[in-house]
Formats: sequence, C-alpha cells, structure tokens
Amino acid sequence: MATGELSLERELRRPTRGHLSLAWARLVRKRIALACMAALAIVYLLGIGAPVVSFFAPYGYTEQDYTAIRKPPSASHWAGTDLKGRDVLMRVVWAVQTTVIITVVVVATGGIALGVTLGLVAGYLGRRVDSLIMRTGELFSAFPDILLIILIAATLGGRIRDMVWWIEDNTFLDGLARSGAADYLVISVALVSFGWIGMARLVRGQVLYLKESQFVDAARAAGTSTPRILFVHILPNAISPIVVTVSMSMGALVGAEIILSWLGLGVQPPKPSLGTMLLEAGSLSALREVPWMLLAPGAAAWTIVLAWNLLGDSLNDVLNPRTR
Amino acid sequence: MWVYIARRLIWLPVLLLAVSLVTFALGRFGPGDPVQVILGARYEEETADRLREQLGLNRPFFVQYGDYVWKAMRGDLGESIRFRGRPVSELLGAKIWVSFQVSIAALIVSVGLGLPLGFWVAHKQGRWEDPTVVSLSLVLMSIPIMVTIPFMLWAFCLKLSWLPCSGWGGFWDVRIIIPAITMGIPGVAGLARLMRASTLDVMGQDFIRTARAKGLSELVVDARHVLKNSLIPVVTVISLSLPGLLSTGIITERILGIPGMGNLAIDAIFNRDYPVIMAITLIGATAFVLANLVADIVYTLIDPRIRYS
Repeated sequence: MATGELSLERELRRPTRGHLSLAWARLVRKRIALACMAALAIVYLLGIGAPVVSFFAPYGYTEQDYTAIRKPPSASHWAGTDLKGRDVLMRVVWAVQTTVIITVVVVATGGIALGVTLGLVAGYLGRRVDSLIMRTGELFSAFPDILLIILIAATLGGRIRDMVWWIEDNTFLDGLARSGAADYLVISVALVSFGWIGMARLVRGQVLYLKESQFVDAARAAGTSTPRILFVHILPNAISPIVVTVSMSMGALVGAEIILSWLGLGVQPPKPSLGTMLLEAGSLSALREVPWMLLAPGAAAWTIVLAWNLLGDSLNDVLNPRTR
Repeated sequence: MWVYIARRLIWLPVLLLAVSLVTFALGRFGPGDPVQVILGARYEEETADRLREQLGLNRPFFVQYGDYVWKAMRGDLGESIRFRGRPVSELLGAKIWVSFQVSIAALIVSVGLGLPLGFWVAHKQGRWEDPTVVSLSLVLMSIPIMVTIPFMLWAFCLKLSWLPCSGWGGFWDVRIIIPAITMGIPGVAGLARLMRASTLDVMGQDFIRTARAKGLSELVVDARHVLKNSLIPVVTVISLSLPGLLSTGIITERILGIPGMGNLAIDAIFNRDYPVIMAITLIGATAFVLANLVADIVYTLIDPRIRYS
C-alpha cells in the first residue's frame, strides 16, 4: 500500500517532458529516420561546404580535361567525366549547393515566414482578412502548378535579372550577378508563389481550433496583444503539423527546382544544377555514349527527395500518433 | 445538393476571370516581345509597329484584356501568335486529346497497381509486408521524373530495344508505355498508402465486426463491406489527381516528344505566344475546379452519410 503511494508520488514529481522532446525521443529510435537525417546532414553539409570540397578536390566544376573526355567512372574521376571532360562528381557537389540554397530559402520565406504568418492571421482574425487570404490561395492553387511556376520564371525572370544587375551597378555589391544570386531569386520567387498556400491552409485550420481554447481566452483576458497571442500562445501548439509539412514539401521543392533548371529557366551555366545536369545526361545521344553521366546527379536528386519524404513520414508518425 | 453544385459552379467563372487576369498581366508586363519573336532576324521598327497594330498589342492593357475576355466568353480564344492565322482552339483540340490519353494511361497504372496493393497490405498489418510495401512505395515515388524517364529509355529502348525511344502513336501504341509508367508510379505510391490507411480505418469499425458476427465469410466481408467503404476517400484523391497528372505530363511530354498540351505550353511560354498560354492556363484551371466538384459529388454518391447544404 505504502510503496504504491510512494511510486505514484515519484511519478507525479518527475519533471514532465514536452511534447517535442518526447517526439524527438521516439524519432531517434526509428532507424529509417536516423538514416534520413544522416543522409540529409551529409548532403546539406556537402552543399554548404562545396567551396571547401573544391579547395581540396583536384578538379573544379568548370575545369575541362581534354585528355579525359567521356570517361566512365574511374579512380581519378569517381563519377566519370562528361562530354566536355569535366568531372561529374565535382559538378554534382556544386549542383547540390544550388538545391540546398533553394530549398532552405523557399521554405524559410514562402513556407514558414509567409505561409505560417498568413495562416495565423487568416485563422485568428477571420472574416474579411480570412476570405481575402484564402481566396487568393484558392486562386493560385487553381492554376496548373508547374505551368504557373514556369510562366513566372520565364516572364519575371528577365526582370529580376535586370534588377540584380541594376543593384550591382548602383551599389558596392560587386559580383552579385556573377554569384548567381539572380538565378536563385528567380527560382525562389516562382516557387514561393505556391509554397505558402498549403502551409497557410494548415495553420489556419489549427488556429481555428486553438483559438476557442481556454488558454487563449485567458491570454486575451489578461490583455495580451494579438501578435503575442498568435506567436507565443497559438503557434507553439500548432508546431507538429508544421514540421511534418515542411519536411514533406521539401521533396516537391527539389523536384520543382530541377524542372526549372532543366527547362533553362533556373540556374544558368556554367554553374551546374541537378536540372541542367539531368538535361545533359538524359538526351538519347548522351544515354547511348555516356550513360554514367546520369548516375551521380540522378542518385543525388533521388537521395535528397527520398530522405525528405521518408523523414516527413517518420515525423508524421511520431508527431501525430493518432493517424497511425 | 443541387444548390450546392450551382453555388460551386457560379464560383468557377469568378475564379477563371482572376486566373486569366493574372496570366494576362504576367504576359503583358513580363519582358520579351511577341513581335520580336515572330519577326526574329527580320526585325525592323516599322514592320514591328505595323504588326503590333495588327495584333492590337499597342492598346492599353485593360482594353486588351477586356477584348480578350469578351471574345473568350463567346468561345473565341484568339489566334496563335507563333503559328500565324491558326486559331488557338483548333491548335489545342488535338493536343488536349493526346494529353488526356497519356493521363488516362498513367491513371490506369496508378489505380491498377496502387489500390490492390494498398488493400492487400492493409490485411498484413504488423507483418513484414506492411512496412516493406509502404517504404518501397515511397522509394519509388521519390525518383524525380527527370531520372526515371532517361533511365527507362536507357534500359528499354537502348539496351533491350523493346520500345521505340520517343514519339507518339496513340493510346494503343507501345510508345505510351514509358509515359504511362513514369507518370503512374508516383500515383501508385500515394494511392497504395491512402488505400491502406483507409482500409485499416474501415476494418476497425463496428459494422465490420457485426458483419463477421452475422457469420459472413471473410471474402464477403472484404468485398462488400470493407472495400466499398474504404474506397470513399480514395475516389476523391483519384479525381483530384487528374489535373495533377496534366501537370506532370508537361514535363513527360517535353522529354519524350509527345505532341500534347504540355509540350505546346512550354513552346508557347518560350515563344511568348500569349493567346496559347492563356488558353492552356484557363483549361487547366477549369479542369482543376471541375475535378474538385466531381470529387465532392462522387463522395456523396458513395457515402450517403455525407450531405451538402
């Protein structure tokens, strides 16, 4: 009897762990999730560290070696060389950098900054604001998505590139255009135009549900300002589905960036991107003569998309146990 | 019910108007002059001005837009700028049919493989088949289409010589196999997972226990009670995926040289052929909205518990 009470008391006194820390504990117990996180860490570090890799690597991404044109994978060129004698692996590393930048920028601006904020505002303020935001979202989602992304990149791309040149000419930001910032901006603008909708809908739904809860009433009664209620009281409670959505949408973003670059609307040569590399490798003549060119960029693209999708799946399991 | 459908249909023209305005504005304010594209190397100020006059491109933006909408409402989608003198509707007709056939073929692959797989694996919950199929479907779904198509071309056309490498020969031609499989595979994964979840959900419900308690055989329970009810959410996704397939089709058609709407759309975007772009966007948007509506209606037909007011 006494021991029973004691253990109950100990149970109650034990510091409670938050929802996220419990979810994290469940996540690291999943082998697939760990493997995905490891793969993504490697890919993203490789992308960010592309300049470092190139410093130690024997070849640059534009360096042409005329003695080693169209060579299959070997000890000196691990993924082979392309039609111009460039090292495919080195080009993949730099292409991954593009993918890394685009996914992070688009998710941070479109998904999180724009999507979450609009969702919070729409759900909390309701009425006109809600209608305006959600109808705009409906309008954008009525477009065939890929078509609008291509259209925006094609029509606004030139304007954005001009603008970046103008900034370079009129400020001290030398080398801005050469750094490829304009290309990144074009791709990001095109993808962000769609990126916010799903997130805004999701967050709005969460807010509609949460704003009726008593802790929000209490906060409001205590005179808390609306932004504080939204970001301090409501947002942390809606964080799980946001995390899942971010992870799930990453794969689609990678795919969309590949499509834009493949069509020549994204990253411009000589800078490599997975899209342009797959374009070069995917033509029938290239497949006939240098099929290995497809291997490295294909594997890289597949790994990134797969890792994000599987991670999103695992996150969904641990964060929303009800759906299981 | 009819009121609900009517209300949804009234919303359609409003949405189309907004979609057309956005597309029109993107076209007019974006750089790149259609006249320059038409004339190419023969570009001279004088001829260009005359051509602009002829095409009505020198009028104010809203006049042009108003004119477009007025004509479009009466079914006149204008003339292609690139293929001079060819009405857009005539240009599009054949292409839509091609794209539609490709999408249907892809849908047959997705549904034909995805639904049975999901239904089967739901009966294997807790066994090794279940996580394997779920993960495997994600693995397949994650290969970008730019990788699958070249790989299939390499394998089936160059190495094995089973299939021709590109082109189009209609629905019953072998050349439809590669686009159908590549476009269908992402759907297989999605549908299998959805079907599995939905089947599991239904299998846990009381009326299934009742059916078993009545002494019905497993087969009858499965076919008549589980399958029918678990199809409800899946049907929505299938009809919603058709416009999505048109989107994926854009890229597939481009790679494989299929003369469909996607291929035309990309050509039109690169050549600033705005009447064609407008028409394709509007058709896409209409298809999407209608697919949404059809999904909602089919929903009520399958499940009498759902009512719209």
